[in-house]
Amino acid sequence: MVWRRVLATLRHGPATLPAARLDDAATRRMADRLEAAAQRTLGRSLAIRQVDAGSCNGCELELHMLNSIVYDLERFGLRFVASPRHADVLLVTGPLTHNMREALLRTWIAMPDPKWLVAVGDCASDGGVFKGSYAIAGGVDAALPVDLLIRGCPPAPAQLLNGLRTLLEANAD
Amino acid sequence: MSTAGTIIRTAPTESCQPWPRHKLLGEEWRAMAASLGEAGAPSLLALWADTARVYVLLHDADAAGWLVASTSVDDGRYPALSPRRPSATWFERMIHDLWGHEASGGRDLRPWLEHGRWPVTVPMSLRPLARESPAEPPEFLPVEGEDYHQIPVGPVHAGIIEPGHFRFSALGETVARLEIRLGWLHKGTLALMRGKSPRVAARFAARLSGDTTVAHSVAFARAAEAASGTEVPPRAAALRAVMTELERVANHLSDCGAIAGDAAFAYLPARFGWHREALLRAAAVAFGHRLMMDVVVPGGVTADIVPGGTEAILRALAPLEDELPELIRVYDGFSSLLDRTVGTGIVTPALAGEFAAGGFVGRASGRAIDLRRTPGYPPYDRLAFEVPVQQEGDVDARVRIRFAEIGASLNLLRTLLIELPEGGVSVPLLLGSGEGIGWAEGFRGDIWHWLRLDGGQIAAVFMRDPSWLQWPLLEAAIHDNIVADFPLCNKSFNCSYSGVDL
Repeated sequence: MVWRRVLATLRHGPATLPAARLDDAATRRMADRLEAAAQRTLGRSLAIRQVDAGSCNGCELELHMLNSIVYDLERFGLRFVASPRHADVLLVTGPLTHNMREALLRTWIAMPDPKWLVAVGDCASDGGVFKGSYAIAGGVDAALPVDLLIRGCPPAPAQLLNGLRTLLEANAD
Repeated sequence: MSTAGTIIRTAPTESCQPWPRHKLLGEEWRAMAASLGEAGAPSLLALWADTARVYVLLHDADAAGWLVASTSVDDGRYPALSPRRPSATWFERMIHDLWGHEASGGRDLRPWLEHGRWPVTVPMSLRPLARESPAEPPEFLPVEGEDYHQIPVGPVHAGIIEPGHFRFSALGETVARLEIRLGWLHKGTLALMRGKSPRVAARFAARLSGDTTVAHSVAFARAAEAASGTEVPPRAAALRAVMTELERVANHLSDCGAIAGDAAFAYLPARFGWHREALLRAAAVAFGHRLMMDVVVPGGVTADIVPGGTEAILRALAPLEDELPELIRVYDGFSSLLDRTVGTGIVTPALAGEFAAGGFVGRASGRAIDLRRTPGYPPYDRLAFEVPVQQEGDVDARVRIRFAEIGASLNLLRTLLIELPEGGVSVPLLLGSGEGIGWAEGFRGDIWHWLRLDGGQIAAVFMRDPSWLQWPLLEAAIHDNIVADFPLCNKSFNCSYSGVDL
């Protein structure tokens, strides 16, 4: 059954929406630039460890979509890894809850240098709607220096991809 | 009628819409709590508090009725429900951490949301206290017996997952006990909602659990509308249902894919993920936001579906309707996949009943509970749809319930979109004082919101995600399974962390 479907897929080409459907030229330029920049700094790949520091899980839903065949994050040399020991980038979502602060810091400390921190979502920026709560320390920068902020509630996968490219470029200079 | 039902129904009432709230004296509450162990006793759906009282929402199957009761907290205590009804335990621990009310005689008085990290203690009580003592390590249930080893996992897990701690006690590969510890995501949401108008506070309901943003917004809006006596236009109710069903399908798609993915079967997550993305894009076209966040508000919806929105959604549904039967056949056709899901992580119908589990967790274990049908709410009361039920209670049953629900929701979406009533999509929320309960059937199951308005502002509020009554069943489901099957079991439940961490 599945083989018949796989054959059909092969006939029709990949299901990955060519970034073309969004903005072909821009996406291809992004892929080229990203590859060049990643090569210079990290040898073609950037490993990302994600930590939810208080999110409502909306940002996680869109981050998951990056791994789908539609966005296929890995074609850009970007991938999510399970251990902070393997990561170059710590990607943090959510307002920083007091309860998650220590776990976040320990994850960061476990990562080897050089490393970058990306804050994703309006909450990670400054606490978002949860700003001022007794349970919230603030944005992610209340605990760690942020290299890049990708805003949105939640940011769409295309915005997330764009943001990660910016980080590569900035560090390639 | 059950003893508890009789005790509650004979107590004096206070106004609460649509069901009056019965005010129980301490002794009556104690008697009600003691009777919860009897056969045919009502199901516990939610237990919460404000600064002066403790509240309970029960469902009495005998009399087909929902019962709301409260009792005054006396000297910081109230009689615990957990000795006769274990599902009350997490609620009692939460109430103690937030309001400081102690469940006297409770099964478990250890902290829950309170990790010793907030600058204050009992943050929602009348007088929160500045924290004096530093955080202490959490205390876990002791393990007795030789040869057991413990596997602590989390709060930071290995994927893009919310934080929580799972403590496995295992004998070799076999899990003897799983203890779940949550609270890492506690954001103080209920406290932030107090003193705000329902319209402003809706932003917090929409962010209790992002994957359920629509259904929680609907339940919250309906609670505010009940409390203020507001009736929303039929078109608004229909649009809410369109968004709720889109959300249900989108989540079920990613769950079905993720469960197969956890069994290392990559084809299904690829296809389901593709369809999910198509739906999210259609939602963005129709309602201006991929997850449809902040569109449902008290009084209706913020904006009508855009011209062409209906067509965009129907265009996204068509390929899914075409491919779904074939994807289900693929799932059915791989013995290596079924070997992982069939017979894994069983929740017996008896246990699901004791915990009053809703959604696919309940329906996979024999519980035909769906709030769209009973007590019902517009526009579902005029729609026919299937509520699938199975008895097996394993991972496979939870997958199959989702398959069936995707099909049912696709039919509902077609009907809803083709028969959208004409008219406005919002009315101003009537200001005033009052108490109300709202509900909605989200993709995880029954969602209940309660709030009290005072002069148009929220005086007290509670939001009960379905996961409150499903997480503890995960602890039971993994018992006697192997550690390696936990991710599969966990995915098949897909409980919300943020939804219960408040």
